[in-house]
Amino acid sequence: MRRFLFLVFVLLMPAMVWAEERFPLPDFTGGHVIPDETKLLPVPRAEMWGYRGWVDIAALAVALSLSAWLVLKKRSRRGVFLLMIASLIYFGFWRKGCVCPIGSIQNVAYAIGGGGHCGYVLSWVVAAYFVLPLAFTLFFGRVFCSGVCPLGAIQDAVIWKPIQLPRWVDEGVGLFAYAYLGVAVLLAAKGSRFAICQFDPFVGFFRMSGPVHMIFLGSVILAMGMFVGRIYCRFICPYSVLMRLLTPFAWWRVTITPPEKACVNCRLCEQSCPFGAIRLPTQGEGGRARIERRDRVWWLVSVLLVVALSLLLAWLGYGLGPQMARLDPTVRLASVVQLAESVSPEKRTEQQQQIALMDEYVKVFRESGQPVAELYAQAAAIQKRFASGTAWFGVWMGLVISLKLLGTTIRRKRVDYTVASASCLSCARCYKLCVVEEPLPGGTAIREVRT
Amino acid sequence: MSQPDKTKTSSPPPSRREFLSVTVRGVGLVALGGVLGTLMAQPARGETAWQIDTTKCAQCGKCATECVLPISAVKCTHVFHLCGYCNWCTGYFVVEGHTQKNTGAENQVCPTSALIRTFIEDMYYEYTVKPDLCIGCGKCVAGCHKYGNGSLVLQIDQSRCVRCNSCSIAVKCPAQAISRRPIEDAYLLPTKTRA
Ligand code: SF4
Ligand code: SF4
Ligand code: SF4
Ligand code: SF4
Ligand code: SF4
Repeated sequence: MRRFLFLVFVLLMPAMVWAEERFPLPDFTGGHVIPDETKLLPVPRAEMWGYRGWVDIAALAVALSLSAWLVLKKRSRRGVFLLMIASLIYFGFWRKGCVCPIGSIQNVAYAIGGGGHCGYVLSWVVAAYFVLPLAFTLFFGRVFCSGVCPLGAIQDAVIWKPIQLPRWVDEGVGLFAYAYLGVAVLLAAKGSRFAICQFDPFVGFFRMSGPVHMIFLGSVILAMGMFVGRIYCRFICPYSVLMRLLTPFAWWRVTITPPEKACVNCRLCEQSCPFGAIRLPTQGEGGRARIERRDRVWWLVSVLLVVALSLLLAWLGYGLGPQMARLDPTVRLASVVQLAESVSPEKRTEQQQQIALMDEYVKVFRESGQPVAELYAQAAAIQKRFASGTAWFGVWMGLVISLKLLGTTIRRKRVDYTVASASCLSCARCYKLCVVEEPLPGGTAIREVRT
Repeated sequence: MSQPDKTKTSSPPPSRREFLSVTVRGVGLVALGGVLGTLMAQPARGETAWQIDTTKCAQCGKCATECVLPISAVKCTHVFHLCGYCNWCTGYFVVEGHTQKNTGAENQVCPTSALIRTFIEDMYYEYTVKPDLCIGCGKCVAGCHKYGNGSLVLQIDQSRCVRCNSCSIAVKCPAQAISRRPIEDAYLLPTKTRA
């Protein structure tokens, strides 16, 4: 009987759907006190917010200062290494990665580029995360990368037998980071998604769990990273692009020999940099073209190249806007819903597989009760905003590529072994190999090596 | 250890280069300071937390699977003041396919028996969620919303969430129900049952 009543009850239910409150709150005669749900809500973990944010910023500032001191003044690889491990533990495994300067690029872009409309305001903590390492770069070069960044640290720790890549590979593949930065800023500024965080390969390790694609990407990079030092740092990291742009203006920089001493060209350090940041003296490479003075023609060609390439890519980017806009979740959802509405299930042949997959999204979207027209309007607005954004992305890539190309025509004369500060991650490995730093026992060794 | 580079590059002349770098350093610092300054001028600049808008959530189940944590930070929360204290709670009992109405696990909606049914009086029962068992699948929430008052809702448990800079569920949520909120006001409980 009870079961029967239950069934009747269930069958009647759809009829009651429109009732305001289907089952009113009972009047308890036995004096039962209804728990207050708002009092039961779990509060955010203390170590995740509040004063913790300031502790983190202080930790970041201290770590950066320590790193600068160890790299430039103390010149101690061991010290840098220990600091790096400490940072890996604190910023990585203890703080579980977020938020980091790399990811904060997006928060800044979001806040500037349109997040404001959605009520997003950059927090102090995130702003400081973004600014501090860049400010330090202006004075000390990339000391953030050597001793502080947990993403760099985890890669540095696995370097085993690093090979030297040809310079053009380094520079060529390194262009990816510029494109990645451009796309990530674009997506964040338009409020679409935080791509850098979605594809952060290491944060999954810090949290000891995460989406499969993250863990997979991270494992591949770490496995390859035993032989090619710091793949993420050199070819992917968007923050590195910002630092690269600032390093030429750094006050103090890494030098292989102690700053007050001169290089003796012993060649010992030649292979010591796992990241290909050491530049050999140009002397020995006779016959290479060397443009020391740039004439009018050079300047004319250069300016033309920069302008032409930027305009071309801007035009291409503008055309690609609608395609790029599909990276936005709202736009994608709208196109899926549209497809589902226009193509009936019987007619689906070619894209059957895909649509079947997307049907779930359409179903959930419908259940959520939001009007379809609103979704379309939102998507259309986003697509429109994207066109100008992708054009700017084109300009950015045009500038990057043309300036890189022009850079190859300039060869500076170098008499010593020097460091390309833009690529140098300040790891202090080369110091150990420099004979000027620590003379070999006997003192005669220097001459022998030179011959 | 000052400007070691200047002796090592012969062209362009060091003085010009030096002047340039001092200028750029100054401009750079001012620019970075400008970013901070602009932010200072904003009225609110607190931290944010991710939360589910219960009016949009359609209990698709992705909350249980897409969170970066091994067991999702999303948990079922019961808004007691909206509950009817029903005897036959459709968030608790499966509606179809049951054989016998008892509280055996096979009759429960919750795959982990995280919903606890306590007798209060008469025909009235109170339902509480054990957050440690709940996996955030939303099955009970779906049952409650379909036939009941909608007093069971999914919320991101702020004591578990690690506050990813980009919530993995938010990107995948088909209802676009997850967004940032000020952390001081991190929950979004329904105040009225849904019409
Ligand atoms: S997800 Fe990764 S890249 Fe994004 S803020 Fe967190 S640690 Fe940084
Ligand atoms: S280049 Fe490497 S060490 Fe530097 S910020 Fe990027 S990931 Fe971190
Ligand atoms: S992913 Fe969205 S719709 Fe699905 S259960 Fe979570 S909040 Fe609800
Ligand atoms: S049915 Fe799912 S959401 Fe509801 S209590 Fe059980 S595990 Fe949690
Ligand atoms: S922010 Fe991260 S931990 Fe929190 S609910 Fe989203 S994915 Fe889970």
